[in-house]
Amino acid sequence: MNTALWIDVGAAAAIPSRGARRFMFRDTPIAVFRAGDGGLFALIDRCPHKGGPLSEGIVHARSVTCPLHNWVISLETGNAQGSDSGCTHALPVEARDGQVFVDVGALSLAASA
Amino acid sequence: MFDARSQRPRLVVIGNGMAGCRAVEEIIALAPDKYAITIIGAEPNVNYNRIMLSPLLAGEKTFDEIVINDRAWYEANAIDLIAGVAATAIDRDAKNVALADGRTVPYDQLILATGSTPFVPPVPGVDLPGVVTFRDAEDVNTMKAACDRGGRAVVIGGGLLGLEAAYGLARNGMDVTVLHLMPILMERQLDQSASHLLTRALAARGIAVMLEAKTTAFVGDGRVEGVQLEDGGFAPADLVVVSAGIRPNTALAQQAGLDVARGITVNHTMQTSDPAIFAVGECVEFEKQLFGLVAPIWDQCRALASALGGDGALHFQCSDTGTKLKVSGCEVYSAGLFAGHDRSEDIVYRDAARGIYKRLVLDNERLVGAVLFGDADDGPWYLSLIKSGESIVDIRESLIFGRAVTEALAGVNPSDAVAALPATAEICGCNGVCKGTIVEAITQKNLTTLDDVRSVTKASGSCGSCTPLVESLLAATLGDGFERGPSIKPVCKCTDHGHQRVREEILAHGLKSMPEIMQQLEWKTPDGCASCRPALNYYLLCAWPGDYKDDKSSRFINERAHGNIQKDGTFSVVPRMWGGLTSPAELRAIADVADKFNIPTVKVTGGQRIDLLGVKKEDLPAVWADLGAAGMVSGHAYGKALRTVKTCVGTDWCRFGTQDSTGLGVKIEKFMWGSWTPAKVKMAVSGCPRNCAEATCKDVGVICVDSGYEIHIGGAAGLHIKGTEVLCKVTTEAEALETIAAITQFYREDAHYLERIYKWMARVGLDHIKACIVDDSNNRRALHDRFVLSQRDAQVDPWAERANGADADEFTPLRPALAEAAE
Repeated sequence: MNTALWIDVGAAAAIPSRGARRFMFRDTPIAVFRAGDGGLFALIDRCPHKGGPLSEGIVHARSVTCPLHNWVISLETGNAQGSDSGCTHALPVEARDGQVFVDVGALSLAASA
Repeated sequence: MFDARSQRPRLVVIGNGMAGCRAVEEIIALAPDKYAITIIGAEPNVNYNRIMLSPLLAGEKTFDEIVINDRAWYEANAIDLIAGVAATAIDRDAKNVALADGRTVPYDQLILATGSTPFVPPVPGVDLPGVVTFRDAEDVNTMKAACDRGGRAVVIGGGLLGLEAAYGLARNGMDVTVLHLMPILMERQLDQSASHLLTRALAARGIAVMLEAKTTAFVGDGRVEGVQLEDGGFAPADLVVVSAGIRPNTALAQQAGLDVARGITVNHTMQTSDPAIFAVGECVEFEKQLFGLVAPIWDQCRALASALGGDGALHFQCSDTGTKLKVSGCEVYSAGLFAGHDRSEDIVYRDAARGIYKRLVLDNERLVGAVLFGDADDGPWYLSLIKSGESIVDIRESLIFGRAVTEALAGVNPSDAVAALPATAEICGCNGVCKGTIVEAITQKNLTTLDDVRSVTKASGSCGSCTPLVESLLAATLGDGFERGPSIKPVCKCTDHGHQRVREEILAHGLKSMPEIMQQLEWKTPDGCASCRPALNYYLLCAWPGDYKDDKSSRFINERAHGNIQKDGTFSVVPRMWGGLTSPAELRAIADVADKFNIPTVKVTGGQRIDLLGVKKEDLPAVWADLGAAGMVSGHAYGKALRTVKTCVGTDWCRFGTQDSTGLGVKIEKFMWGSWTPAKVKMAVSGCPRNCAEATCKDVGVICVDSGYEIHIGGAAGLHIKGTEVLCKVTTEAEALETIAAITQFYREDAHYLERIYKWMARVGLDHIKACIVDDSNNRRALHDRFVLSQRDAQVDPWAERANGADADEFTPLRPALAEAAE
């Protein structure tokens, strides 16, 4: 069980609808997405296929299409959809009082382990 | 009676609202004489039904009609009501409640039903007269008084309550505008499609909606006169109603040292961290959730009654509830996990003619969510399926058509469903054609093909979504005599329509936004996918130049960031070099940029320009600023757009040159740059048939000859190698330019998205293109003019815009404030 480590990554309004922003936590790129329905999601910003930046992909329903080779990744689980298989890490994310918080606890432990 | 009362344990309720009173009712029902009950309420009113505030405002109900518990109820149940006096503190050790008038009320068991307070954005001007919330009967009175004076009202918040307030105000004759912070109305209940339909339905009721509108101030001199928006806009208002969400009232609980998160935390029996104190209603937080809807709050009251008046066996659980918008004639219903989640599947039904949109979300053969617009009758049925969690595998085919159809078809093989339909069943919603009419036409007029049926009955002739049904009817009626026509390749899995049909419908119905297309053409997914969204965005851009606002979120990253993404996530930058010409100043600027930004690779491209590779995304605007300062603009090397116009040196230098090929190439490029096209367009001008500019493998090529210019089209030298075909020969540069613009515009308006010119030409035929461009000079002129019109808005350098700060978020990473401090 990882210890939660919630960090404030910026204003919720800064995450565009059907879009994403990214930030670095230590050496790990993390993408924060907003789906068309307003839902916020966070994934490690690396496609399980060739490491493409998912934050640059087109967001549709609750998935994102990787800009490099069109793999479709679930925003909720980080799993590749359809016939592709692979997974990137999904991180808990919450909006509180207009700010977005991402729980990077899983990364923190992995990094110090 | 007083004596009997004094023997009983004292139950005190803070809060005379719906939750507090309902809890008391439930307790009395279970244990009529168990407690001596006191209710403390800060409002002077008796308990009334807040859910009915909207009908009260709309004039559909009177205050008396929305009273739940009148004075007689308190008396009949021997409840001591302390109304109009606020509770100010709880002394948990002494077990009493202090009141504002100095009294104290002792308790054995205490219930907190303190409710919530409307959230009002902390901006200047909130205290101006004319700015109200929509929370209690007093607010409704203020709003009604404002309506009597008439004028303009602004409602802040496009949630359920805000829209109901807007509707009530509009009913009372106000000119109403709703400002909503999010891009979707009622975003907790609706998706984009339903929000779009709702926006239109509200507009029809005189209510304007502004989405993504952030209030920065309420403005007025002594009284509110309007709302200032973050984007610089201003919404004039004589009345402002703030309905931007609620905050649980937790001050008393907090002061008393109870556990409080966003709300007062309770367990399954509604008990707080003090075993003698319970909480219920909107002030409560349970399993990290807050509650604003009535159904779960009623469940809380039953659980609380079970704990205080029964055996405590009934536990509160968060369960799905349905939400219905109470705006007359505007049926909107939402239940469960409407937004879908991993593994979930959507069933989407759209009936454009009747303005209906239904979306069901399935997970593992169970219904988990539903959004209904236009026909919400089956909402409660869907909710019951969501709550029961039963498998819908047997009724999946008919589920979206509702309870009546599903029950009628129970046990019927889905493929026989069409045969089982009654003759009066409507097959084609667009043209109102029922099954009987189609079958009669088939048998009496000996129709054998889909086209026959279309031309005779009009069924499937508009949006085409009932085509499979009509085909099934043909097959069922004719038996083996029916052969299905060739199938059209759909745009993507979100629709059955092909590209051509989509383009035709955009023009035929004047569809000007993506949600409109998806509704009209009955898209099967809520917001499309990475294949159809860029296509639709292009079609809209092409159909409505200057009018349609480009949708960034539907652009592939290269077109969104105006550079080519590389395998490592960096970008390449290719400035335009008109006709392949450059200068020492441009080359110096490129060299300086490469040094300044540590650009690792500088390469000459096949299109006669220079590629800077490995530029970090956040450096792009600064790189463009430096290139722009030297006069360079975007080369659109990243876009489905005009790329390069390659040239040879022509009569300026070449001993074989027949015309000024370089000059013509520059003219073409200056005329055509910035234009978005279905797929990339590469051009070239060669000064003689030796063809040094390789014009015969370009999308459009010009070969100069002594007597003029040969215009070639449909070449390719990529995945496929294909030489061009000669379209025509013209004698002047002006004719060449007009012809090239006309071809490009014809291609822009006619081709499928991502279809290169050579593929388009193979599909429609060179003869057809010749007939439209070469033989028909009026059409050529008209196409040219439409191209010129679309260029008026297209020739804005996207790099300069971004170097000047446009889209800054796109190029700026988030900077977590605590990332390192948190270690």
